[in-house]
Amino acid sequence: MTVDPPARAATISGSLLSRDSRLLALATTRRFLRATVGVGTALAALVVAQAWLLASIVAAAVEHGDGLGRLWGRLALLAAVVIARGALGFLSEVLANRTAAGVKGVLRRDLAARLATAGPAGLDDARPGALATLASSGIEALDAYYSRYLPQVVLACVVPVVVVVALATQSWLAAVLVVVTVPLIPVFMVLVGHAAAARSEQRAAALDRLAGHFLDVVAGLPTLRVFRRARAQAETIRAVTERYRTATMATLKLAFLSSLVLELVATISVAVVAVAVGLRLLSGAISFEAALFALVATPEAYLPLRSLGASHHAIGDGVAAADRVLDLLGAPVPARPSGRTSPSGTAVTVTGLSVVHPGRSMAALDGVALEVREGEHVAVVGPSGAGKSTLLGVVVGLVAPTAGRVALGGVDLDDVDLAAWRAQLAWVPQRPHLFGASLAENVRVGSLGASTAAVRDAVHLAGLDDVVARLPDGLETALGADGATLSVGERQRVALARALVRDAPLLVLDEPTAALDGATEQAVLEALAAHARGRTLLIAAHRPSLVALADRTVALPSPRRAS
Amino acid sequence: MTANPGVSGEARDDASGPLASLTATLSIAAPAAGRLLAASLLGAASLAATIGLMAVSAWMLSRAAQHPGEAALGLAIVAVQAFGLTRGLARYGERLVGHDAAFRLLAAVRTRFYDHVAHLAPAGLVAFSRGELVARMVADVDGLQELLLRVIPPSLAAAIVGAGTVATCWVLLPGAGAITLVALALAVTAVPLLTSTVARRAAAHEADLRGALAVATVDLVEGAAELAVHGAADAAVARVAALDASLARATARTARLAGLGLSLATLLAGLAMVGNLAVGVAAVHDGAMRGVWLATLAVVPLAAFELVAPLPVAAQSLTRARRAAARIGAVMATPPPVPDPPAPRAVGPPPHRATAVHAWARYPGSSRDVLRGVDLALSPGRVVAVVGPSGAGKSTLAALLVAFLAATRGEVALDDAPYGAYAGDDVRRVVGLMEQVPHLFATSVAANLRVARPDADDGALVAALEAVGLADLVGTLPEGLETFVGRGGARLSGGQRQRLAAARVLLARWPIVVLDEPTEHLDAEGAARLLDALLDADPARATVLITHRLAGLERADAVIELDGGTAVEHLAARTSGSA
Repeated sequence: MTVDPPARAATISGSLLSRDSRLLALATTRRFLRATVGVGTALAALVVAQAWLLASIVAAAVEHGDGLGRLWGRLALLAAVVIARGALGFLSEVLANRTAAGVKGVLRRDLAARLATAGPAGLDDARPGALATLASSGIEALDAYYSRYLPQVVLACVVPVVVVVALATQSWLAAVLVVVTVPLIPVFMVLVGHAAAARSEQRAAALDRLAGHFLDVVAGLPTLRVFRRARAQAETIRAVTERYRTATMATLKLAFLSSLVLELVATISVAVVAVAVGLRLLSGAISFEAALFALVATPEAYLPLRSLGASHHAIGDGVAAADRVLDLLGAPVPARPSGRTSPSGTAVTVTGLSVVHPGRSMAALDGVALEVREGEHVAVVGPSGAGKSTLLGVVVGLVAPTAGRVALGGVDLDDVDLAAWRAQLAWVPQRPHLFGASLAENVRVGSLGASTAAVRDAVHLAGLDDVVARLPDGLETALGADGATLSVGERQRVALARALVRDAPLLVLDEPTAALDGATEQAVLEALAAHARGRTLLIAAHRPSLVALADRTVALPSPRRAS
Repeated sequence: MTANPGVSGEARDDASGPLASLTATLSIAAPAAGRLLAASLLGAASLAATIGLMAVSAWMLSRAAQHPGEAALGLAIVAVQAFGLTRGLARYGERLVGHDAAFRLLAAVRTRFYDHVAHLAPAGLVAFSRGELVARMVADVDGLQELLLRVIPPSLAAAIVGAGTVATCWVLLPGAGAITLVALALAVTAVPLLTSTVARRAAAHEADLRGALAVATVDLVEGAAELAVHGAADAAVARVAALDASLARATARTARLAGLGLSLATLLAGLAMVGNLAVGVAAVHDGAMRGVWLATLAVVPLAAFELVAPLPVAAQSLTRARRAAARIGAVMATPPPVPDPPAPRAVGPPPHRATAVHAWARYPGSSRDVLRGVDLALSPGRVVAVVGPSGAGKSTLAALLVAFLAATRGEVALDDAPYGAYAGDDVRRVVGLMEQVPHLFATSVAANLRVARPDADDGALVAALEAVGLADLVGTLPEGLETFVGRGGARLSGGQRQRLAAARVLLARWPIVVLDEPTEHLDAEGAARLLDALLDADPARATVLITHRLAGLERADAVIELDGGTAVEHLAARTSGSA
């Protein structure tokens, strides 16, 4: 039997859960495997030494009547072996955690980078609740993979071989029994493991749905209560939770069945070895010392395989999470690659622009033209659904045109350096997002290095002074996730402050005053008018007050006429 | 009360975080006590079989070495084989029973949690963000599972089998019994206690970092567009990476402690084996114990090691479960802002009138009165417009009228009894609301409409959509009424979302309705038409129209201007105009 432990470990684990091969391909994982093989080999040697010392001490005391005086040395050696086993156990735990942290860090950073660059286009149906679960607890489940599963795979490959070799020197019968029964264990594990892996995937999907469903329901609770449907929804929650429970129990039942087979094989084998060597001892075929060694060493051959069976149902979650992250990372980026040509100026020229959103038969924009010259103030007006937000989305490079020509700063959209174009524009979307950070940090999204004074100015211009005065820590007050503590109008003004602090030559504003009352709107409009002087302004507007800000209006036809 | 764990100042306060009391945490498991006890006993049987297998085998070999007849070993051989079978079967039973108990209990906890949150929304939830609530409902409830699987059954089984093991050793040789007792006692108490005490801080920090990480990730998804356009994506990614690095440092500390606990336990078990051997060798040498028991004394601590192994993990799991229990408990302990009375009064037949008399209101946990004495009278057919600057309390007035908030002073009454006399849902049967930001559920157009009237047929849904000017849209969509609207209605435009919400209000057929900025995101012409549809649907309906637009005011019987929480009633535009 040629033993190449790392390769064998990889093969076995690969066949148990063929999906973790992508994790094994990571360099961090391979380094960890090599170190674990070293630790495992040392542990196997210590296991044999411990069994041999124990047997020889007992035999010497019982058969030769040796006292402490003669056995002192061997007892001290046994104590040393015990201490070394403890130290190695500690080392392997620390090693496992370091590796897991490294891999989790890489996956998490890549996922974060991907989420940030993919843009909203590819994420319409990706539930943020599910992604948050994936990036936090989902990836955390990898800990079990590294601290319990992989080391156990290595131990399961190394220890039985070493123990069998040692057994063979003492009792052929015990060695043969172990050699015959040990391979049964991986066979059963492969059989049951495949099914368990598939179930574990279902379970991860069920937890996703659970989180996604809860997020939707919790966000809609006020609506549900208004319509007196909150209680009825409890029934749905119960059903969803019940489905999760059933899915989880089905996975576990199967996983436990594999553990049962493993434990039965292992313990019955120990019992059979015990009885067999006992009978051989009775007939005088082997020595007491050899029989005792066989009894103490035999369970050690099965122990790593048993632990592997016990831990391998715990790793499916982590591997499934890593797999979904790797899938997300491997999926094509929906956004088109940016060009290299720097835009010159802030003019926007759009001709024959059509946009059809994925999955929609009707065009959001159909043959639209728009011309915004440097320093011009243009308002885009039109009935709702006419595509004002979509047009602005094209200008800021978030929405890809289906047809037509778009030139940004005199450069064709396909060639323009998108980052450079965006660097000179400030944008207020229709429904701005507020980040789980302080008010100041939220404003600084517009300009990362902005000084406190600049942030203060922008906040003042956006008419937020009274809000800041009301908040307990002023600008440094945490806003809660998605600005939970602010009203719609206040959120909009934070987004406006975000755009103003940017001090950009082009302002793209999507109904920036939609939720503001008359007096507040008037103040904000005046500030905006002052700020827009000497800059290019493109604004989507319903209200006459907002249209008044523009030199010129461009009307989009109603969607009916467009189709 | 932390709405956002992602902010450094508050994260620091939370690091030593709240822990639920041990009894409060354990009481969560009370409904499953029977099943958990069964799981513990099965676990004990499995452990006992492991130890018994090695103890009897060792004796059998020692006896065989004396070469007696085969009959002398008969009983021992049967016992060894029986132990070999029991171990696996009992373990299987323990896992099945334990997990079943855990998941049943968690499902019940999750449903109770939702029920309570449903009574808090929206005014009682200002302290918790949405992501935070979902994290508690999903991750923290799952965290309780540790209590039911990794804490209670292993601890009980260890206590039972540990006592049995010590007693057996003691009978064989008191010295060995004492050594085994000390080693086991150290292993099961001092080691988990030591590691859990030090790990508590690390774990507390981890929970907050995980929460912050979840918030930062949701931000990345929901704020992706603004991050991309403003070139702030890299900074946001760096923030996630920094949080991850902090989390890695925290888990490294925890892992070192877990490893230490685990190794110390292994070490103690091994040292007990060495100790037992030493006193056993001396006892056999002096004739104080028969040699046939020496091997048994040596192998019992090795087998008993299995009993200790899960305990350090159990101690850490207990800490995590207590933290999860505290986070769940914080929500569960939040009192509903408007509790239902013990004997709610039935709402009388129409026509209905709602009145506010010098009503004051504030949000729970806040010390600021948002409304300071507002008067309002709604009788059939009356339209009252409410105007005022942002923050004047317009939406608070809406919350007050649909019993999401209770008046702290003054009175809000329905017909001839104060709101407090009715169940909240009964008030909302009469008084409805079109929210300023209505939520659309991630489902079909039809399902979103049926939130308002579950028994409405397709014809009624289409009629409602026609009334709000959405019939065309649904006509052009590939799947008509069954079209998926996207997360939060993301596949619809702002105006379409607003119209769909208006259709929902029409379907609900409330006698009294509060419209909070109903024509937002609509152009002037569309706004006027939608407002007409809402006001003309039922001439007998009383309406509160919250608006900051001048359009629509001409349809009001009275205009109330809110400023600084107080109301000034203006001349009735409609009566003066039509007079």
